[in-house]
Amino acid sequence: MNGAGVRRFGLGLLPWFGAILLWYAVRWSGFVNVSLIPAPHQVAAKFFELLTREGLLIDIFASTRRVFLGVALGILVAVPVGFLLGWYRPARTFADPMINFFRALPPIALIPLVIVYFGVDELAKLVILFYASFFSGVIVMYEGVSQITPLYIRVAQTLGANQAEIFRKVIIPLTVPHILTALRVALGVAWATLVASELIAAQRGLGAMIQNASTYFLLDVIYVGIICIGLIALIMDLILRKITARLLVWQDRAIA
Amino acid sequence: MNKRAQFDKVSLSFETPKGRLKVVEDVSYDINDGDFIAVIGPSGCGKTTMMSMLAGFQKPTTGKVLFDGRPVAGPGPERGVIFQEYGVFPWLTVKQNIAFGLTLNANRVPTAERDATCDHYLGLMGLSDFANSYPKHLSGGMRQRLAIARAYAVKPQFLLMDEPFGALDAQTRSNMQNLLLKVLETEGKTVMLITHSVEEAIYLASRIVVVTARPARIKQIIDVPFGYPRDESIQERPEFAELRSHIRQLVMDEYRAQQAQMRPVSFSE
Ligand SMILES: Nc1ncnc2c1ncn2[C@@H]1O[C@H](COP(=O)(O)OP(=O)(O)OP(=O)(O)O)[C@@H](O)[C@H]1O
Ligand SMILES: [Mg+2]
Repeated sequence: MNGAGVRRFGLGLLPWFGAILLWYAVRWSGFVNVSLIPAPHQVAAKFFELLTREGLLIDIFASTRRVFLGVALGILVAVPVGFLLGWYRPARTFADPMINFFRALPPIALIPLVIVYFGVDELAKLVILFYASFFSGVIVMYEGVSQITPLYIRVAQTLGANQAEIFRKVIIPLTVPHILTALRVALGVAWATLVASELIAAQRGLGAMIQNASTYFLLDVIYVGIICIGLIALIMDLILRKITARLLVWQDRAIA
Repeated sequence: MNKRAQFDKVSLSFETPKGRLKVVEDVSYDINDGDFIAVIGPSGCGKTTMMSMLAGFQKPTTGKVLFDGRPVAGPGPERGVIFQEYGVFPWLTVKQNIAFGLTLNANRVPTAERDATCDHYLGLMGLSDFANSYPKHLSGGMRQRLAIARAYAVKPQFLLMDEPFGALDAQTRSNMQNLLLKVLETEGKTVMLITHSVEEAIYLASRIVVVTARPARIKQIIDVPFGYPRDESIQERPEFAELRSHIRQLVMDEYRAQQAQMRPVSFSE
């Protein structure tokens, strides 16, 4: 790592230290009942306990797999649908109100219905995550695709490109950035929806862990669960950003 | 002589939120095989619009635009276009941009030939050092040269050039002009060129179409009294100077007409 890299890393770490300090400060300030806020070191201890004795990794794996599958399926459908909506104006006029209607519904409100139609197994959780990923991804896709300028297509036409070549050599490269953005947005939304999806009779999973802990008022477990969700989401986003930077070296970005 | 392209009583209006905007009005002229037409007129008068009807991106509201005797139905590789906005593909490197046309079914060539063509134009355009760079690293003038190279590479018989040298310094510009003359000499193309430079029009063209302020009508069509091949010495000839002042006068009149059309803006308090 070079000097600038170290500095950026440090800059990224700084707010975390700040957050931990603030956390201790709130505890010690006396404004809040200490029994309601486990200290960071207590949460860390709980983390290792859960990791070694309660199979925290199984929960992490269960949740990550759900998110991963939900997002993968959601984006798989969102990409072609978003593309069609962005590309053909009539399609957009036709489907836009519908999409905005469904997008506005909080997935948690759909849970009773999902249970009725899809049962209480893995499928039901996937449906919720799919729903959340699809509707967030499809919007990003079609907003992006509808902003593609016709200039590049015209250039390709004057050079002799046929429809298939225009699609393969112009439209796909121009769509990739929007697919990646849709993926990132959907991933964020899916993690945010995870706890709701695991409300459905889940045995394992970070969301299930949090809910079980809340029944017994185990605040430290709740903190561990929340922090795990945040961290995994962060790591996935970092990986996706690295991939994006690799795939889109050609893009002119304002940030250095 | 063989008529390549014809504008036959062509008019075009755009429907805008503020009503109909007449952009081209009753334009008629022919472009023969081997002609070099330069179109000159004030900014915003409708030159690009006129060209894009021949390129196949815009349909006339009334009248006909013909290419090889048939109404233009759409764009095609026999009519190469250099766009005013360049349109270099940002996701391809400089070399890949030049190669783009040659990778298409319409003009596919063997890889070795494609590489040779790319290297040839990279050299001619002074872009060899940037062959593997992405366009985001190029200056405006370099992007413009890249767009020119990409269009030349597929060797269209008919070239539509929309202010192709506008972003270049005087030296590079005259290099590019001479290069174009050389390409024409060896490949025998027909050209329609839009320019704001009177000198460029006279130096390159066989005929100059001066158009009016919007809507673009034909103000005058002028035959340039120089044959090909040409070199820079014609710029010293008295006919050149005469023609230049004549055309400048025409363009200036239209520029004033355009200024008068615009709503007067007062900056005084
Ligand atoms: N698609 C469009 N819809 C509505 N108006 C348009 C459209 N394209 C061009 N115009 C208008 O037509 C007029 C002529 O535009 P055009 O691009 O042909 O001008 P130009 O002569 O090429 O100008 P310049 O020298 O600045 O490039 C302008 O007033 C422009 O606003
Ligand atoms: Mg123009």
